[in-house]
Amino acid sequence: MNSKNYIKLEFPSQSCNEAFARTAAAAFAAQLDPTMEELGDVRTAVSEAVTNCIVHAYPDQIGKISMRMRILEGSILEISVRDWGRGIEDVDRAMAPLYTTGGEERSGMGFTIMGSFMDRLKVKSAPGKGTTVTMQRGVRPRPRRL
Amino acid sequence: MNLSTAFSSGRLTIYLSGELDHHEARCLMRSIDELLDEYLPRDCALDMSGLSFMDSSGIAVIIRVSRRMQALGGRAWIENPAGQPQRVIDASGIYRLVPVAMSK
Repeated sequence: MNSKNYIKLEFPSQSCNEAFARTAAAAFAAQLDPTMEELGDVRTAVSEAVTNCIVHAYPDQIGKISMRMRILEGSILEISVRDWGRGIEDVDRAMAPLYTTGGEERSGMGFTIMGSFMDRLKVKSAPGKGTTVTMQRGVRPRPRRL
Repeated sequence: MNLSTAFSSGRLTIYLSGELDHHEARCLMRSIDELLDEYLPRDCALDMSGLSFMDSSGIAVIIRVSRRMQALGGRAWIENPAGQPQRVIDASGIYRLVPVAMSK
C-alpha cells in the first residue's frame, strides 16, 4: 500500500515522553481532519503502546523507542511503535484483559484499549529482541466546510 | 495533572484535572494514599469532570482507590467523567466494578 505521508520519531523510554508521543501522534493525525473522538482514540492507543515499552520492554533501564506513522490510501492512519527491549514470551496472554506483570501500578487493560480504539492491532515480539505494535485506524472523511 | 479535594460528612471528593497517564499516575497514587490515610473517609468520589485525558493508568488508579476504600469498609465511585476519559471507562468495563455517578 502506498503511503501518502509519513514520520519517524525516536526517543528514550522516559515516562515524560508518553505525553510527547501522543501529542506528536495527534499533530500528525490532524491532517486527516479527524473528529475530537477519533483524535482522542489515537492519543489513547499511542499512550498505551509507548507506556508498554517504558514499563515492560525496559523495566530496569532506559532504551530506545521508535514511532512511525503513515497515512495510507483511504484516509487510514497507521502507527507502529517499536522497542528493542525484553520482548513478550506469550503475546496472547499479554493481550488478555486484566493480565499484567506490572503490579499494582498497572491495570492490564492496555492492549484491550488499543484493540477497541483502533481498527487493527498487530503485535510482533521475540523474547530478548523486542516488540513491534502496529495499529491502523480509518478516519472517516467529513464534508468540507465552505 | 492537578488534584484538589473537598471533605464533608465523611465523604472525600478528589477532583482530578489535566492528563492522567503512567507518568502522572505514580505520583497521584502516592498523593491519594496520603489523603485516604489522613481523612479515613467513609465514601470517596473521584471527580473526573476536569480530566482532559486518561489512559489505562487511570483504570489502575480507580482500582487502587476502590480496593483501599473496601479495606476501610467504605465505598468508592467515579463522578462526572466526560469525553475521552469516559470512552476509556466504557472500553475497559471498569464501570462493572466501580460505579459511575453523574452529579452535574
